Parts: sequence; structure tokens; C-alpha cells
Amino acid sequence: MRLELVRRPRQSALFSVLSPFIALALTLIAGAIMFAFLGKNPVTALYYFFIEPLLEVWSLHELAVKAAPLILIGVGLSICYLSNNWNIGAEGQFIIGAITGSILPILFPEWQNAFVLPLMLLMGMLGGAAYASIPAFLKARFSTNEILTSLMLVYVAQLFLDWLVRGPWRNPEGFNFPESRNFHADAILPEILPASGRAHWGFAFAIIAAVLLWFVLAKTLKGFEVKVIGQSPRAGRFGGFSRARMIMFAFLVSGALAGLAGISEVSGAIGQLRPTISPGYGFTAIIVAFLGRLNPLGIVAAGLVLALSYLGGEAAQISIGVSDKVARAFQGMLLFFVLACDMLIHYRVRLVRSPVRDATAFEGVEKNA
Amino acid sequence: MNTTLDSGRAPLLQARGLTKHFGAVTACDAIDLTIAPGEIHALLGENGAGKSTFVKMLFGALEPSAGSINWQGKRVEIDNPAAARRLGIGMVFQHFSLFDALTAAENILLSLDTDEPPSTVAERAREVSNAYGLPLDPYAHVGDLSVGERQRIEIVRCLLQDPQLIILDEPTSVLTPQEADRLFETLERLRAEGRSILYISHRLEEVKRICDSATVLRQGTVVGHCDPSKETAASLARLMVGDEVEGARRQPKPVEAGRRPLLRVKNLNRPAAHPFAVTLHGIDLTVHENEILGIAGVAGNGQGELFEAISGEATQDQPSVIQLCGTEAGLLDISKRRRLGAAFVPEERLGHAAAPNLPLSLNLLLSRHQTDGSAYIGSAGFIRNSALARAAARICEAMDVRKGAADPAASSLSGGNLQKFVIGRELDRSPSVLVVNQPTWGVDAGAAARIRNALIALARSGSAVLVISQDLDELFEISDAICVMHHGHLSRPVPIEEATFEKIGLLMGGSDASEPGILEETA
Amino acid sequence: MLESILITIATAATPLLIAAMGELVVERSGVLNLGVEGMMVMGAITGFAVALSTGSPWLGVLAAVVVGAAFSLLFGFLTLTLVTNQVATGLALTLFGLGLSGMLGEGFVGRPGVKMANLDIPVLSDIPFIGRLLFGQDPIFYLSILLTIAVAYFLFSTRAGLKLRAVGDNHASAHAQGINVIAIRYGAVMFGGACAGLAGAYLSLVYTPQWVENMTAGRGWIALALVVFASWRPWRVVAGAYLFGGVTIGQLHAQAQGVGIPSQLLSSLPYLATIAVLVIISRNRRLTLMNTPASLGRPFVPDR
Repeated sequence: MRLELVRRPRQSALFSVLSPFIALALTLIAGAIMFAFLGKNPVTALYYFFIEPLLEVWSLHELAVKAAPLILIGVGLSICYLSNNWNIGAEGQFIIGAITGSILPILFPEWQNAFVLPLMLLMGMLGGAAYASIPAFLKARFSTNEILTSLMLVYVAQLFLDWLVRGPWRNPEGFNFPESRNFHADAILPEILPASGRAHWGFAFAIIAAVLLWFVLAKTLKGFEVKVIGQSPRAGRFGGFSRARMIMFAFLVSGALAGLAGISEVSGAIGQLRPTISPGYGFTAIIVAFLGRLNPLGIVAAGLVLALSYLGGEAAQISIGVSDKVARAFQGMLLFFVLACDMLIHYRVRLVRSPVRDATAFEGVEKNA
Repeated sequence: MNTTLDSGRAPLLQARGLTKHFGAVTACDAIDLTIAPGEIHALLGENGAGKSTFVKMLFGALEPSAGSINWQGKRVEIDNPAAARRLGIGMVFQHFSLFDALTAAENILLSLDTDEPPSTVAERAREVSNAYGLPLDPYAHVGDLSVGERQRIEIVRCLLQDPQLIILDEPTSVLTPQEADRLFETLERLRAEGRSILYISHRLEEVKRICDSATVLRQGTVVGHCDPSKETAASLARLMVGDEVEGARRQPKPVEAGRRPLLRVKNLNRPAAHPFAVTLHGIDLTVHENEILGIAGVAGNGQGELFEAISGEATQDQPSVIQLCGTEAGLLDISKRRRLGAAFVPEERLGHAAAPNLPLSLNLLLSRHQTDGSAYIGSAGFIRNSALARAAARICEAMDVRKGAADPAASSLSGGNLQKFVIGRELDRSPSVLVVNQPTWGVDAGAAARIRNALIALARSGSAVLVISQDLDELFEISDAICVMHHGHLSRPVPIEEATFEKIGLLMGGSDASEPGILEETA
Repeated sequence: MLESILITIATAATPLLIAAMGELVVERSGVLNLGVEGMMVMGAITGFAVALSTGSPWLGVLAAVVVGAAFSLLFGFLTLTLVTNQVATGLALTLFGLGLSGMLGEGFVGRPGVKMANLDIPVLSDIPFIGRLLFGQDPIFYLSILLTIAVAYFLFSTRAGLKLRAVGDNHASAHAQGINVIAIRYGAVMFGGACAGLAGAYLSLVYTPQWVENMTAGRGWIALALVVFASWRPWRVVAGAYLFGGVTIGQLHAQAQGVGIPSQLLSSLPYLATIAVLVIISRNRRLTLMNTPASLGRPFVPDR
């Protein structure tokens, strides 16, 4: 008995749509088993995890707060992964973007007017893009593995932020806590609907970015270039597309979006710089990108699903006493299932019972006329 | 030569009703084949007829869907290559299964099911190779060897196991005519020892020369058994293809044909880009309007590198090295060279000429987005899908491309049909210069004839065509002159009226280019 | 004093060495497993938890090895049988490992661990200067040296190792010759997982006998870089691991001495050094091409 994979002549359109849902379903089942192992009622646990956070308006706002950085980063990553550039350092680009975007309110707190916020956002994007250009340059020029370089830079960025908020940027009025000064009002990213919740404009940026990038990928020559270079680099070169330029383009775009996510999170949700400003958004966004099948519109939905898992983790901690780290385990499992189910798009699975050796079974096979 | 039927000896191998399905596709359909001991048996058929699939079943690399194999009179199940080797069946693949990173001896050791120490194996290999006229150094790294030398490793490896039947899959496709002669001597020696050879080929002259009997396959079934010595090349071809195939019609160049050079390469030097690449030395060539220049040569002598240098996938340091339609193009990339009026068709279809997972319409865009931008790309880079689809359909009709759906992925087309599309895509632009590498490799005879005629037509309409090909027959059919690539050097062109297989074969083997008689200046 | 520093360098290098050696075998067979960090951290929590509950560090080590192998089996099933993308699957393994270990380890934070005893060979370990370094270290240090010798011998002097290298060079040819590519790769992947688990257990049972979330701090990734740095040759992995051990210990000492440089900058030295080393190696394209297993990371679906 063995598993045999038969390649489909064409990618299955049905499974292209179905596979994320199958993956989600399998994750829920696995999660239920996990909860049972932890001694909790699986049904109530799943309810508190996935349903409860959706029942209140303020909670939906929290969902948008968590989803905004996931979608922004995820959309940028889709351009990278589609072009076969494995940017794993989005977490670092997020942090550096947050830092460069915070220069104005922290170093020049007296300068307060309507230009501050747009400049902050712009500087955040530039910072993220600049940080992403390091692994990009190393790959384009020296063919250095971008997975390892971008990842190492995440640790460097985290340490840099830690040093800044404990050292030169520490809040002078802050009683020696490791945090920066609080941002003044002109430096705060406003909420979209302040009356009903905390969701800030970062969520709007995320939706706009998703729609824009979807359009570019699906309808324009640039999107064509991204896909060709990713799938068949030699054909891309034959078509006149430059591998080095695409590396820079993909990393700069995703770095800028990660940087935007960083400064939006800091100026919208937190209001200052702290040693930790991200519960691993840069890494969870990788899962978002794959769950969304590297399609920016799918990534919007996937971002909301994974944001839900964050909220669910916090909610389950309060209501049934499970560690909030359960969310991370869920997210990891989800990615496994997404990858496994994606295989169904390209291959049909056959269970082969025994070797086809019996000649008698095939006696009398008709020859074609 | 003995025929199998009246020798009175028991057959060595008998395949009955051997069938193989790959999903919905039937590659081999109830094939019967009999080989006697001490016989060289040809398996004829064009590309796609099922020859490779059939022999892979004999060698245990594929599991038959149905049918039986009898070896020395007894029914056998050949589960894997090791079992085949134990029976006494050896195989030399068309595409060698060698490991570049290992030495020749290590490669041989891997395929022997023996406990002998490596040094013994290496010495045995050396002895056998010398005994059969195919000398090799067991300690050389395969990555450093030429194609001909690699084939020797494959053959020696096979011979070390004392096989009774040796299967050779298109062995001469990678050899110069002189190397092929040496191979035939080896085969005749083996036959004299009582071993049998199953010789897969589509080269009819060779088959007539050395084979005792032949089985002809067409589209997965047997269409005939015969004695090649009693047939003509034409009758064999008819059996293989099924109907009269028009050879390419090479018309003589019209007297008033222009002599403007449209493609000029002057002193092109290109260092090898990586350890397995070939360095190009001082390449000079000129292709005029109305002319087809052929470049012959065995694979691995720098053809791919030359193609990339001319196409602009690898640019040069000096603008004057390449001239296209009178403009110095050395510094220009491929898109700019296309805009000057040049078109290119590389050797590898899937992955280079076309992106496998993209539909034909987008593959059309691949090589035309700079030259035909306004037709297919709107403002802001918007792709005009309907215009592309219409153009792709037009090309498919013009070149008779058979496909399963209206706009299928490139990978779903057969090799011949995809090649027709790829060439049609470039011809659709009416380029002034066309450079094509291996135009009909792996393509069935009907499509190949169509492609060759299209190349001739393009040349006669005023363009310059450069054809790089390993198929000497093809080059002799369509070229106005032939040069030869060897180890990164290009010989001077030999006009077709003066070219013979022997001359070209000597050049392919690297004989001294200054030999008198080979390099007369063209008029 | 110098002896102590050398010993601490050895303890810093050993987990890198073990994890990298395992991954070297995996990559030589043509598979790229980016999940080393995830398997290592799972090894760390498993080793810690089992040692604490049973009181025996050796049981902890054994459990960690089993867990590492089990995790890699999951990776193997996805990439070898279901032929999923190796890069994405490896990342998934790391994220899952980090998340699961964080969850399982919550109850163990701050609790004192069980430290594995050093091998104090009598008489020999009293030799001044080199005595403790060579004869008085923890048992797993010696295991790491034996592991290196065993891997080098296996790869270059045995027939099985030859087959594995052949698979890594050209899996299509290997398959055509009747070599069972998938079985060899499963074996290699599980060996790599076992090594990663062992390396993780070393961290929580020898290096610092405690559990902290994400205590591997990127060592799994550095091990991956080491394999590239070593051009897939076992003894060069040793050199690389000790080089990094040296950098790690060096910067820790500099921090302790209160050198004027901020501690965060010093802490980032190992990561920056990794980048530098990768750039230097990849600049030499010829070296890369000649040594990289040619089928590394490429999917393999046999036709049957």
C-alpha cells in the first residue's frame, strides 16, 4: 500500500479555492484535539477562541487593529514570494520602520502640526525599505541567501530597539521605565470610528495596499514580470526582465509596507516606543501570505483569520485559563495544513493497494483499432 | 547477417503485449518484440513513439501496466534496475544518469551490486575500457569530462556486469561522426562475443549499416518488423511516419539576393560564467540577408553560450562585437536587440523559451512586450488580455499547433507543438534576424518539416537566419553555409556546395582548422 | 582563566556543531530543512521537562532526540511524500516549534533545572591547562566530536554515504539507477531532526540549565549558515562552530567587563558575523557551485 501522486494536467481550480478552507477545518480539528489533551472541553474552547471575539463591536475593532499589520506585511510578502525572494525579515523591517517613523515625535517633540503624521508614515516606509534593501543588495550582488541574512537582521533590529528605548531615547519624564516619551496628539494615528472602538487608519492603509497590489499583480505587466521571474527565472531573463531589479523591487516594496505597518502600530495602537512592539507580526504574516495563497485579496481574509487567533488566545486565557501561547501553536499548525492541502491543487492522490503485476487481470486487453 | 526467424536459436528476450499507461495517456500499447542472441536489433521510431518508455520497462525503471517479458525462455518480473542487471540486461541512457560531483570510479561503483573495494573496481573499469576501445580515467571527476567521455563511462559501467543484452538509447546523438564509427566497432565486437544489442535510434543510415533486424514503433504500437539491409531509408521512414513526409524544400538562393550583413559577430570572447560552462574564443560570423547560416557541433561546445551572447542575455563589453541590422549592439540587452529587429529561439522550450505554468497568450507577451508594447499593453502597464488571446490563436492556426484547450498552459503542449508555437511567435513579428538553437530537437517529423520550411521561407523573404543544430541532416537540408563549433571556437563557414559529412565531421571532432581544403574563403 | 574561556567556548560551540552536522547530512541528500530552530527549541523544552520530572538528564536527552526526530518526520512526510515546498514547510516547522514549545514551557519558566554532570576522568583531568578541557567536559561534548568523525567516515568512506551523496547530486539519475531516493532522504531528515533535538537539549541541560521561551535565540539559523560556510564538509563545520562559539563567548565577556560598548551591540555580534561569513562564502561563486549539492531543495516526484 502506498501513496502515489499523479500530477494534474492543469492546476485544479476547485482546489485552489477549497484548499485554504480545508486547511482551516483540519486546524480546528487538530486544535480541538489539543484542547482535549490540555484537559479543556474542546467545543467551549473553540467557541471562546474563534466565536466570542466576533460578538462585540469593540472586539471587531480589536480584530482590525491586529489584522492591519498582518495584512500590510502579508501583502508585501506576497510580491516577494511570488518572485521567489524569500523575505523572512519582515519583523525586522517592521521594527526599523517604527523607529525611523518615530524620529520626529521623539527627537523633535515641540514640532507639532498637521505635517508631522504624514511625514512619520513616510519615514517609516523609507526606513523599512532601507532595512530590506540590505538582504536584497547582498542577494543581487553576491547571491547571498536572503533567508538567513534577512532573519539575522531581525535579531539585530530587536537589539537596536532595545538599546534605543533603554538608552538615548528613554523617556526623560518616565521614571526610568524602558520606554520612549509618549507621542503628542499630532503624532498619533487617529481612529477610524472613535465612537465604537480602537481601530486606527492602519487598517484602511492595509485594505488600500491589498487592492492596489492585487491590481498590479493580476492586471499589469509588472505583475506578469513578478510571476515569470518567480516561476521560471531563465524565461524571465529571456523576456528581458532583470533578476537583480526584481530582487530590489520586491524587497523594497515589502520593506516599505512592513515599515508602514510598524509606524502605524506604534503611532496608532501604542503611542510610544517600547522594547517589544510586536507579538511576532512579521512571522505570523508569513502564515497569512500562504493562507491567502499569495493573492492580496485572499490575504485580507487570511489576515482577519489570523488576527482572530491572536484575540482568541487572549480571550481563552481569561475565560478558560489556557495559555495565550496557544495562539502561536494554532498558527504553526495552520501553516502545515495549508501547505499540505495546497498539494492537492497540483496532484491527485491515489492509494495504490498492491503492485500491478497480475497478468491474468489484463489478459484480453483490446488493442486500439 | 542472420535474421532471427531462421537461426533456430532460442530467443534471448521476448516481450509480449507490453503496455504502459501514464494516467490517461498510453505511451506503449501491447508491444511485441523478440531479440535473438548475438543480434543487433534496432528499435525505430520518431520522437514520442514510445521507444524510451518501452526500454525503461525492460530495464526495470518503469512498471508495465500490462504484458509479459520472457528472458532466455523463462517468464520474469523485472522490478527494478538491479534485478535487470542481475538477469544480464544493461542499459546506456540517452540522457546520462551520471553524478557530476563524483569520480568515474565512484559512479561505476554505485551501479554495481558488489562488495569489491573501490580500487579494484577502478582498475577493472580501466581494463575493460581499454579492451573495448573506449579508454577512460577512473579517477576523473565526471563534471570535467566531455559528453563523449561520459558516454564511455556509461558503456563501461554496463560492460562490467557482463550483460547479455545491452540497450543503447540514441547513442550517436551526442557523438561526432568519427566517434560514432568507433562506437560501431565496439558494438560489432560485442556481437561477435555473442551478446545482443537493442539499438534505439531514428537515424536510418546508421540502422541500415549495423543492425540485423528492426522493430518499428509509431505512436506507442508496433507497425512492423523488418530486416534493415533489405529496406531503403525512404521505406523505413515511411514505416516510422506513416505517410509521405515532405523533406524541406531548399530552394537555391536567388541570384539577385542581397548581400547586406544583418548579423555580424566580431571577435566575441566570453569567459565561462561558471565551472561547467564553455569559454568562447574569438568568434567571428556574418549572416547576410536572404541567408541561412548553420552552426554544427556536438552538444557542450559552447552553443548555448554563443546563443546567450548574441541574444543579449549576456551582454558584451564593447558595442562593436555584435552588429544587428547595421547597429552596434554589444552593450544592449535582449529587449533592445529585439527592438532592432532580431528574434531568438533558445534550445530549452519549457523554462527558457516559455514559462511552463503560464498560458500561451502570456507566453506570447514574454518575448514581445517591448517590441509590440502598444498592441498588447495599455496605459499604466495594463495587459490587454483579449488582444493577446487573439494573437496567440492566430499564431496557433498559422503553425498548426495542436492543443487541448483554447489557451492552455505551455507545459500541457507536446514538445513539437510548443516548438511550433515558440517559432511562430517570433516569425509573427517578421524579424530581420532570427537566431534559433536546436529548432527541431525532440520534434516529430511533420512538425519538424513545417518548422524547417518556415525558416527557409523567412530567409528567402529577406531575413538573416542563424541555425545552431546538432542534427547534421537538418543543417545540410536548409543551410547555405555551415560552420562548426568546437571547444568554444567557431570554424570558418563552409559553403553548402562544398560541404560533406566527412569534412564537417572532422571539424566537429576538432581537427586542425588550417587544413587545406576546409577553409576556402566564401565567394 | 584562559582554560575556562576555552571550555565555555566549547560549550557554546557544541550545540551549533551538533545541529549543523545533522543538517549537513540532510542537505547532502538534497533536502533543505529550515526547521532546525523549531526542532532545537522543542528539544530544549522536552529535555528540560523530562529531566526535571524524572531527575535524570540522560532521559531528558533521549526524549529530546526522539522529539526532534518526530518533528522532522512530520517535515519529511510533507516534503518527501506530499512534495510540498521545502522552504515554506521548514518555516512552518520553525514557527510551530517555537509556538508549541512556548506553550508547553510556560509552567517551567524560572524553575531550576537539572544539569548534566561533567565527565571527570580521574588523573587525566587534573593535567594543568588542558586537563579539564580535554577530559573534564560534559559527555555530549565528546559525543559531538565522535559525531563529526562518524559523519565524515559515513559520507566519504562507505557505500551508503556514496549513495546519499549521489542522491544529493542528481536525484533523477539516482532513481534511474534503482537507488531509493525517498527512503534515503527520510533517513537523513530524521537524523538531522535527532541532532537538532540533541542540540536543543544541550542548551537546557548543560549550557544554562533552565528554560526560557525562545531560548535558542536564532542558533538554529546560525547552524544553517554554518553548513553553507563549511561548504558541506564536516570538519569545516567544526571550525565554523568554534569560531562562532568564540564570538559568542567573546562578546559575553566584553559585556561582563563593562567595555564602553552597549551590551545590545555586543549581543548582535554573532548575528552580524553570520551575515559577514555568508557574504564572504557566497562571493566565491565557483566554490559554491562546486560544493552545493545540486539537487538541494528541488522537489522530487518519481515516475513509476
